Amino acid sequence: MSQKQNIQLPEGSLGKQTTTLNLGPTHPATHGVFQNILEMDGERIIDAVPTVGFIHRAFEKLAEHKPYYQITPLTDRLNYCSSPINNMGWHMTVEKLIHAELPKRVEYLRVIIMELARIADHLVCNSVIGVDTGAFTGFIYVFEFREKIYEVFEEVCGSRLTTNIGRIGGFERNFSDLAFQKLQHFMDTFPKAMREFETLFNRNRIFMERTMGVGGIAAERALNYGFTGPNLRATGIDYDIRTAHPYSGYQDFDFAVPVGTTGDVYDRYLVRNAEIWESMSIIKQALEKIKDLDPTVFHADLPNFYLPDKADVYTKMEALIYHFKIVMGETEIPAGELYHAVEGGNGELGFYLISDGGRTPYRLHFRRPCFIYYQAYPEIIRGSMLSDAVVTMSSLNLIAGEIDG
Amino acid sequence: MLTNEIIKQRLTDKFGEQVRHFEEPYGMLTFETDRDNNLKVMTFLKEDEELGFTYLNDLTAVHYPDNTGQELAVVYMLQNIRTSTRVRLKVFTDITQPDVFTASGLFATSNWLEREAYDFYGVNFVGHPNLIRIMNVDEMDYFPQRKEYPVEEQTRIDKDDAMFGR
Repeated sequence: MSQKQNIQLPEGSLGKQTTTLNLGPTHPATHGVFQNILEMDGERIIDAVPTVGFIHRAFEKLAEHKPYYQITPLTDRLNYCSSPINNMGWHMTVEKLIHAELPKRVEYLRVIIMELARIADHLVCNSVIGVDTGAFTGFIYVFEFREKIYEVFEEVCGSRLTTNIGRIGGFERNFSDLAFQKLQHFMDTFPKAMREFETLFNRNRIFMERTMGVGGIAAERALNYGFTGPNLRATGIDYDIRTAHPYSGYQDFDFAVPVGTTGDVYDRYLVRNAEIWESMSIIKQALEKIKDLDPTVFHADLPNFYLPDKADVYTKMEALIYHFKIVMGETEIPAGELYHAVEGGNGELGFYLISDGGRTPYRLHFRRPCFIYYQAYPEIIRGSMLSDAVVTMSSLNLIAGEIDG
Repeated sequence: MLTNEIIKQRLTDKFGEQVRHFEEPYGMLTFETDRDNNLKVMTFLKEDEELGFTYLNDLTAVHYPDNTGQELAVVYMLQNIRTSTRVRLKVFTDITQPDVFTASGLFATSNWLEREAYDFYGVNFVGHPNLIRIMNVDEMDYFPQRKEYPVEEQTRIDKDDAMFGR
């Protein structure tokens, strides 16, 4: 009898030797809306059937009815742990569609924001692995610094979690001095806490025993399952969109792509930690690079797409015309079809956009890394203990918003 | 270096007229094939040593209601992970009998992506191990991302989309 059939046997059936356990959708250990119907033999998981779609919000359908600049808030809600990367990915997709060239300073400022978001994303993931293995301390250590990152976002765009940061063509306003001060404060204080966090976990006996050899996947299987991001790199494949298909000036930076070997929870944890250090180095380089550039530049000259300054709209005819054109959707948009991907917190976040020249996309498909690699979850946890399944889930950094789209 | 010209040459050498409409929108080689040939082409792309498109990046469907007889397109995006080259393969099918062979035997990635395409566009992936709805409720009896279904509830009269709608 196959395992799938076993799951479908009615309760109390004589042929049933295993226990069906329903984990989720609102289980506190799953950190999100995930349901897994597990078939258990004692404490071992024989099979799992994941169910997704509990918070599906039809973003692809909504996007077909929204002008380009209104789609950014939808992308916020995909991977809400690193919204700025999603926002930037969308802006870059539209800029690619309209063949816009951005000033270097804008690209570097974007890199700073995206790397901050990556740090925040990885911090959540790694500290939560600690929580799931019974160590709450690390979570408290680093969450202070996630807060500091959010303060930078707040200073730049006014919001924290679902940021809606930037515009097509650049940022809505220049970075204030306070934003740079807050960023510098973060850069100065975070390494100490991060080292403390690593000292707490990296060679911690309990943590290692709970994570090493747990939830592993071979490189070949990971590729076949469409893994990307830290989860793929933990298996030993150095595929990173930032180096494979550079965007937003990443080719100007010097950084390493950390890889693991076994693809288990511990490797994923180490890869994410290493990426945090690489992100720190990228931010440092970006801050160096923007010193030589004109500090007043924060957007490209794209009058047909970038909203003019509000004060100008009231006083200048030209600004009023452009404002009207953008808001009413009178701007010429080229027809075409393109794919643009950015390295999100969890991997390749892709935007497949078909434009027919209308004011809204004809079709927009989000390639959501979580959704694609979550289907490997039953294969990864098969044969492991229930408690390992929980740790595996948090180490994959599954975000319900990104899975359901 | 794996360029678009080489890929195109290899494909036309192998399949001749069966692969067509080669384009390069925004640099990505895009081509079409018949729906009966999608697995043959993808197997060739995957297993040919020179091409080596072993990675299915994305799969989705698009609805073109005015394209009579070929209303639904299934779009595959494959990638050579070594050279980071991407290609896009399209298969068109009519909407009355949208049967396309499943790629889930070739790429495990396509299992859920095909379920998603089925859920929203009703593409019937022949041979799929578990072709059931993934996001929407099982009881749903239509395919909501097809163009005939508007986003707003049609019984509402308080919203006039004549000015701002598509």
